[in-house]
Amino acid sequence: MKLELKFFASLREALKVSEESISVPTSVKTIAELRKYLADRGSPWAEVLADGKVLRCALNHQMVDASTPLQEGAEVAFFPPVTGG
Amino acid sequence: MPIRIQEKDFDISTEVAALRQGDPRVGAVVSFLGTVRDMNEGSEVQELTLEHYAGMTEKALEEILSQAKSRWDIYQALVIHRIGPLFPEDQIVLVAVTSAHRGEAFAACEFIMDYLKTAAPFWKKENTPEGARWVDARVTDDAAMARWEKK
Repeated sequence: MKLELKFFASLREALKVSEESISVPTSVKTIAELRKYLADRGSPWAEVLADGKVLRCALNHQMVDASTPLQEGAEVAFFPPVTGG
Repeated sequence: MPIRIQEKDFDISTEVAALRQGDPRVGAVVSFLGTVRDMNEGSEVQELTLEHYAGMTEKALEEILSQAKSRWDIYQALVIHRIGPLFPEDQIVLVAVTSAHRGEAFAACEFIMDYLKTAAPFWKKENTPEGARWVDARVTDDAAMARWEKK
């Protein structure tokens, strides 16, 4: 499955990447599985996406939880809790 | 329901006047203005940079205004949020709501602001004498939002 990834704020800086097009294996079906798949890339991904880190995720511009299924061609964004206003 | 995300400053009087212009049903306008403080978490803030998720931000704010309109009897609502570099005393955000009566306008304005704080994808980075740092989300913001979910 092909996905467009986006990273913002402290995640973008720590990973040194703001966007990436990837193709994930069929075993990666949910947001949680994608997070694990990316964390398995090793440092700095493992630290930034570690289980204990509080992150938010959006699928096609909608905030979603970790159990949400991925969709072919979706834009998936990871970012820290928001601090606007 | 106007939504604007912009680097440039805004004039609150002009915005409020435009929001209620030509609508004689309006009997109440409530506005909230957020500005840059010079202190946060015990450190002097010299500069603030606001990042956002272009594309999602607009949708999140539209959803917030649409929920406010479905919950309260309001006529118009406006959100202007600045991005880019900002300095102490600068204006960051304006929320304004028009209604026939003040109760609905006060509640809707507070709801929009509380919701924006927890759901709109903006992030602040501060420059302080100790270095640059990303602002941490506040538990009190989640608590403020949770109040509305109970109702």
